[in-house]
Amino acid sequence: MDKSATRSVYFFLAPALSAIFIFFFIPVIAAFIISFTDFDIYALGDYSTVRFIWFTNYIELFNDPLFWTALRNTFYFVLVSAPLSIMVSLGAAILLNSKLIKFKAIFRLSYFIPVVTTLVAVAIVWRFIYHPKFGIMNYFLSWFNINPVDWLGDPVWAMPAIILMSVWKNFGYNMIIFLAGLQNISEELYEAAELEGASSWQKFKSITLPMLAPTTAFVSIITMIGFFQFFAEPYIMTQGGPLNSTLSIVQYMYHEGFKWWNMGYSASIAFVLFLIIIIGTLIQFKLQKSH
Amino acid sequence: MRRIFLYIFLIITSLITLVPFIWMLAASFMTDGDASVFPPKFIPDPFTFVQYEILFERLNVARNFFNSLFLSATVTMISLFFNSMAGYAFAKFRFKGKNKLFNFLLSSMIIPSQVTMLPLFLMLKSIGLINTYMAIIIPGLANIFGIFLIRQYVIAIPDSLIEAAKIDGATDFQIYRKVILPLATPILVTLAIFTFLGTWNDFLWPLIALTDNSMYTLPVALANLMGEHTKDPELMMAGSVLTIIPVIIVFLALQKYYVRGIMMGSVKE
Repeated sequence: MDKSATRSVYFFLAPALSAIFIFFFIPVIAAFIISFTDFDIYALGDYSTVRFIWFTNYIELFNDPLFWTALRNTFYFVLVSAPLSIMVSLGAAILLNSKLIKFKAIFRLSYFIPVVTTLVAVAIVWRFIYHPKFGIMNYFLSWFNINPVDWLGDPVWAMPAIILMSVWKNFGYNMIIFLAGLQNISEELYEAAELEGASSWQKFKSITLPMLAPTTAFVSIITMIGFFQFFAEPYIMTQGGPLNSTLSIVQYMYHEGFKWWNMGYSASIAFVLFLIIIIGTLIQFKLQKSH
Repeated sequence: MRRIFLYIFLIITSLITLVPFIWMLAASFMTDGDASVFPPKFIPDPFTFVQYEILFERLNVARNFFNSLFLSATVTMISLFFNSMAGYAFAKFRFKGKNKLFNFLLSSMIIPSQVTMLPLFLMLKSIGLINTYMAIIIPGLANIFGIFLIRQYVIAIPDSLIEAAKIDGATDFQIYRKVILPLATPILVTLAIFTFLGTWNDFLWPLIALTDNSMYTLPVALANLMGEHTKDPELMMAGSVLTIIPVIIVFLALQKYYVRGIMMGSVKE
């Protein structure tokens, strides 16, 4: 390869890669280092007060009941909303893939709209939808003679309320991916199964699901990664309450780091989140391989 | 029969999906207190623009609207330029360690951005950029997903077109400018929508990096407003409409490109 070609490569790669290196990779490494220090509000004024305290932050985290609460809430949120949202996405995709219906574009659009809208704005809308006295959720339930629920004010119901909103907000994205996956399944497979008298359920179980397995695996991974980082929903709708029942890991990280300026501690929370996401992804890969 | 049942189901579920938006829009045109009644109203009576007037005249959200628009547009343009150059290099140049570097970048997409926020804040603070537009623009200069998307698209452009341009004496930059960019327009539009909407909708980083009401983007301003106006659904709905409408317009206008982006992002090699 001649010299001018090498120069060209640098020229084309340098802007993007140096930006990513300086403003992404260096911060990742710096965060890792900070997580082993006692970086706090004093250090913010005078960096020389920062000391290495090795694993103290992580040990403290391990003994911090609020961290365990945040961890439990985050797992509750991810383990319920991810499967739920994937099931709804798949159901919607199968419905929209049906040959029986027309005007697919309109239905697809209305299912998809929540995905593109601003999370903060819709979280505010849903906060009023869940209003115990005047909210349309309780109004809707009153048609079925269900008594009003204080959705966001009750520690038992606050998380399910946030989960419902997140599923509503997100299922359209995966629906599009599933639709693409469904269209790649050969029509002949279904025709062959029909000839042998297979029922709709049998076709779904032995053709649709196995053929969609790679799509499902991909969708599971991105949904899980995204949901582990949930923040705006509790920040806007419940401020993590009531009784910390909706406090998420990212919210706790934000509070420790940018409210109390315990940046060392906050960095260790961020790395625990990172670790959880890596482990979650590896588990998904394992599951995918074993199938 | 089955078809009718299917249609009814689709119509009802679509309506349920859209009800939050319908109520939001209706409530934003109501007078104070009209959205706090039981049973809830879906038609504003009397119909009023007073909530929007409050937003613009008393709360100065025009400024926040401008911040959001300016930042989203700027980040989109700069990152489109940087990402397309890098995407082109990864697609069409041969150099040592290319695949290793590319795979390394791809696998680092798993790192949650929250990890970078503390050091990024300290970095920008030390050079006095916190609470400036640069605090939002700098972390958005380039991103790995964008490079990936462009590379996937450009790789399919036939080499013969590039060779022909070379024979005509075009420099690499001219090839990028005159051959690659025009042919890659669809994917550039796709990436532009993703970046624009992503920046417009972003919340956590602007919440950290912007500290002044006049610098806030719309979502941050809205979240801030929510703290003081928990009892004013009509006003908050007007704010939400203002935040959501531009996003919906951009999406509706360029739907097909957006959907393509989701699908391309989901295709692994």
